[in-house]
Parts: sequence; structure tokens; C-alpha cells
Amino acid sequence: MTDDIILDAVDLVKNFGDASSWLSRAPVVQAVSGVSLQVRRGETFAIVGESGCGKSTLARALMRLLAPTSGKVLFDGNDISDTRGADLRKLRKDMQFIFQDPFSSLNPRMSVGKLVGEPLEVHAPELSAQQRRDRVADLLRRVGLRAEYAGRYPHEFSGGQRQRIGIARALASGPKLIIGDEPVSALDVSVQAQVINLLGDLSRDMGLTLVIIAHDLAVIRHMSDRVAVMYLGQIVESGPTAQVYDSPRHPYTQALLASIPVMGSTPGRDKTTVLGEMPSPAAPPQGCRFHTRCPHAQAICKTDRPALEGDTSDGHQVACHFWDSLASAAPLPNPQPKTKAAEARFALYRAAVEGGTVKHNTEQ
Amino acid sequence: MPKQAKPDQQPDGCEDILMSLHDLALRFRGQTNDVIDRISLTVKRGEVLCVVGESGCGKSVTAMALMGLLPTEFAKISSGILGIQATRLDLSKVTMPTAMRGNDIAMIFQEPMTSLNPSFTIGNQIIEAILQHSAGSRTDAQARALHMLQRVGIANPEQRLSEFPHQLSGGMRQRVMIAMALANDPKILIADEPTTALDVTIQAQILDLIRDLSDETGMGTIMITHDLGVVAEIADTVAVMYGGQVVERGAVAEVFNDPQHPYTIGLMSAMPQLDKPGGKLATVPGTVPSVANMPEGCRFRTRCVFATQRCQVRPPLSNTTQGHDVACHYAPIEANLSVAL
Repeated sequence: MTDDIILDAVDLVKNFGDASSWLSRAPVVQAVSGVSLQVRRGETFAIVGESGCGKSTLARALMRLLAPTSGKVLFDGNDISDTRGADLRKLRKDMQFIFQDPFSSLNPRMSVGKLVGEPLEVHAPELSAQQRRDRVADLLRRVGLRAEYAGRYPHEFSGGQRQRIGIARALASGPKLIIGDEPVSALDVSVQAQVINLLGDLSRDMGLTLVIIAHDLAVIRHMSDRVAVMYLGQIVESGPTAQVYDSPRHPYTQALLASIPVMGSTPGRDKTTVLGEMPSPAAPPQGCRFHTRCPHAQAICKTDRPALEGDTSDGHQVACHFWDSLASAAPLPNPQPKTKAAEARFALYRAAVEGGTVKHNTEQ
Repeated sequence: MPKQAKPDQQPDGCEDILMSLHDLALRFRGQTNDVIDRISLTVKRGEVLCVVGESGCGKSVTAMALMGLLPTEFAKISSGILGIQATRLDLSKVTMPTAMRGNDIAMIFQEPMTSLNPSFTIGNQIIEAILQHSAGSRTDAQARALHMLQRVGIANPEQRLSEFPHQLSGGMRQRVMIAMALANDPKILIADEPTTALDVTIQAQILDLIRDLSDETGMGTIMITHDLGVVAEIADTVAVMYGGQVVERGAVAEVFNDPQHPYTIGLMSAMPQLDKPGGKLATVPGTVPSVANMPEGCRFRTRCVFATQRCQVRPPLSNTTQGHDVACHYAPIEANLSVAL
């Protein structure tokens, strides 16, 4: 991994309901308040947080789907915060988006060939119709679909296949960066694993940079190199995924990790470690925004906002006044070991799925 | 089709069995295949049974059938005996009497916003549920509603009683649903994906609440979920469903530490693990066939990497160890087959 920064957000702020008109007296919602982050070329960067924490707004602001209220976003060194018109269209060639819901993000009246070919019409108008069809066939094969599917319509496909179509469409313009907003959370476990594998293969083979927004902590652990944890519009902790998961420093990250139900952990113990629910982003608490739910909150947390800081050597940063004294060793619950026989069974299964020849001992 | 004996079905009355469902089979009108293909479940006092499977495996339909919520013009139940304590109902002939629904067996749903009426206050809706089943006065019902809200951990219950659903957060709404379901002290609670729409910190709170209430009251809980993590968190026993069949069931520690069915193994392999990041996940190839295209015999065979011709005959659910059943001709697979790379 190099220190080559592809996407750089500086003090990004996005408020909704700012443009106070005499018609609306709705409160200003501070969806993203002062987020700075850097994504390195070729890495998979994850943003995790609960619903309402502003992670989807952040993703849209990073992509210039939304204009930030203040702050800026640098893509490949160029400020894109107020790019518009033809420049913005050119920018879309390099940045693409994968949406959460494969059912509503594909136009039901367009064939798959048309859906995947559409970005090519815009970004590679020099291609002839035949060349475009060939490219579409390549792209479909790339994401594990058959080239013949180009003539079919979205309703003929399952959720996982539709998500593959969405990915092929995102790949069509040959982007450098893909942002996925919950790209696998609408899928069933077995299909989700297929799409996770696909995204991993693509980023490795094509040198893509991925930014993944998700709420599923196990998915993020599996996919990402670095992770940022968001709470109420701010990043409370960020760093290399392994470090953040193995030694979380912020009480919120610790609580999130402790809340994950884990297969094989001892059931029946109380896991509830955060109190209550997230306050409204229209009226965020003063000081540290997490203090209303934090079991360790003290007087200073109610008044002073802690800065995101930490060791520069490993890039593990945290925004908490007391992280030094709170940092826990390893809150990950240790799964119970499987039986020997079960281990053998899992190995057999993996071997068979990866194309091994199955031989049955018993008579047919 | 051969009829299987259920080797582990104990005679009724044993070990505090609260509810038993025997050989439920049903199909939707106009279909030629059963959506639910002869499944049996039992729940004991204080037990949390998780029914786990992917979308389309029939887990929610099973719950609806238990509650008598399937309209007869859409679904035909061809067999199924539901026993709740001393009561026996032949589901193919009768639907559940309204008096039982809510009183003996209650249900909570995935989306607490759509299952609460937006135009009535919380208090109104809980009180209505109570008055449906008891002859008491409205004042008594109000006191009971207040008590229930306290019990499910809602702060300021007096104030909440007069609020409307939109004034509550998702987690609170689910607590209200639980309060409403438990207001009449049901013997069985059916929870259909109760935490799927909630964030993980709130999910942990709700799971704790359901666990505590079931320990406290001794009610049996049937929890429908797609999340194996949730199962590990809350369940005593688990039934894994695929294509309308129960493929494996048993105590949760047994099933997770010693899974036998290829589908269970596939599901567990496909889950990203916190302690083993990176690398490729072993998947379950393909997707679930539609009901019309369900194969004969073992319904998992079209996606099973180990399937043979023998799988065209449905394997019986049979014991591996005490209380752990699996429906696979080749279980235990490590003894019956080998794989060469």
C-alpha cells in the first residue's frame, strides 16, 4: 500500500435545511459535521456506523452527488466540491457508485445490455455499436454473468444477479474509484458471500479503490483495509481495520463490537453496553456527541469536543478525551472451537465448492 | 412419497412441552408444490427456538400458518396438528379461534412502524389488545398497559401511553409491540425477524429483553431470523430451514459446533468471520429455486456440492446425537465421502 492519496476530504460539512426560506421552519440537520479522511489508491476503505449517523450523506458528498455545505473534497488532487456541468460528467467516468437496493436502482424497462452499455455511450462515444456489445459481454462475464443475459430485463434476475448487473454498470466506464453504499446488505448470506468475493477479486485484479459504506461489522472486517467509525456526523475512530477491531479505543467502537451477535460465543450474557438511542442530528449534544450514551462520560465530555488524534505512525486515530485509560485489550468474543469432525466437514465443503471431485464411499 | 417416522418426537406431556407442531404441509393456491413440506417443531417452557433460513425458505409462512393468519383463499394447509398444552388443533380443518390468538400465542413483526396503527396512541392500542381478551374495566387495562411498558423498559411510560407511534424510535416501537404481545400473558411468542430493521446496539437491547422476559415468565418463544449471529445470541434450540423443509435441528451449541447438513455448513462458511478476516468465502453456489421449480426429494440437492441420485428421495430427519437431527443421506459427510482437488 502506498501513501498515494486518491480521495481527500477536508473538514467536510453537509447540512440539510440550511436555505432557510420563509416557508420552512424545519431545523437544520447536521448530517455530516467536519469530517476529514483520506483514501489511498488501491485500498478498500470502509465507513461504518448506525442508521442516521450520516454515512450515506458522507458517501454522496465524497462523490459530489451532493454539494458540501463547507469543506472540500480532492479527487486525484483536484478540488471537486463545486465541479459541475461537463467537468462533473467527466469526473463520473472515474468515480462510480453501487447502490444498496438492486431492485430499485435498475430501470425495469431497460434490458441488461442497455443498462450496462449506457455508461459506455456517455463515456466512450467513439465505440461502434458492435464494439459496445462486445464490451458489455466482457463486463457481464467479468462479474460472473453470462453474456447472453444482455437481452434480458432486470425482473428476470435474482437479487444477487441484479447486484452483479449494478456492479457491471459501475465498471463500464473504467473507474478508478467505486463507492458502494451498503452493497451487500440487501442480500441473503449465501449470495452476499458471492458478491463480497466478486468485489474482492475486482479490486485486486483491476487495481480499483473501493469505499464501502456498511453497518455490518463482520462484512467490513472481511473486506476492508482501513475503517472509519462514524457517530452522529463525525468520525470517532479510524485506522487499519485489524487494529481498530483488535484494540478499539473509542467507547462507541467498543460498544458496537460488543453488540455484534457472534456465532459460537457463549449465549446468555448481557451485552448491552450503550445506553439508550442516538440523539437527533437536528439537535446534536454539545461537547462529545456520544456523551449522552457513554458509560464513561465525565464533565469535560459535555463541554469540549475531543479532536480526532492519535499515533501518526500507524494511523490509528480516536476522538475521545479518555481513550488512554479506556482502551480495552480484546473485546472480541472468542468463538467456541468446532469439533474435529466439524472442521473436517468444513474443509470438505470448501474443497468441493472450489471444484474438487466428490467421491462417495457408500454404495449408491 | 414415503412417510417418515419422527424418531425424536416424544409423547405429549413430556418435559413441559408448551407447543408442538406436527407435519405441517401447505401450498399456495395454483401451485403444484408444497411451500412448506411436512415440518415438525416443538417448544418447551422457557425455551427460545430459532427458525433460521434465507428468504423464501418458508420460515415466515410457517409463523403465519401457526397464527392462523394465512387467508384460505390463498393457501391450503393439507396437514398439520398444532398442540398448545392440552389443546389439539388440526390446522387442515380449522383455523385458530380468535380467542386463542393473542391469548395463547402472540406475534411480533419485523417492521414495528407498519404493524402499529399510526392514528391511535400507544396506550389506546395496548388497551384494545387487553380488552379483547379480558372482561376487566378500561381502568384496569390502562394500569396493565402502564405496567407492561415499564416491564419492557420504556422510560416515562405514563407520557408514552398518550403518544403516537411516529413519536417513538424504531427500538421503542419494537418494545411497544412486545409489550402489546405480552399484555395477555401468552404461552407462546412468535417473533418474526424482530430486530432485522434495528441497529446493532438496539438489536442487542431487544434480544436481551426477549431473553429476560422468556426466562421470567416461562413463555416459549419461536424466533424467525435469517441471522446466524442472532441465533447464537438468543436461542436454546435452532431449526435450519431450506425450501420449506427443516434440514437440521437441535440445541444451538450442538448445531453450531458440530453442523451436519451441507446447507448449514455452507451458510456458516459464507458468513464473514470477525476472527478470520480476508481471503475468499466459501459460498453456497446458485440461488434458491422458486416454489414451482423445487426439486423432488431433498430440496437442497440442486445447490448441494455433494448431491447424488440418491438425493432424489427425501432423507428423513434422523438423530445424530441426542436431540440433534439432520436430514441428509450422507451425514456425517466426513465418514461417507471424500473430495479430491
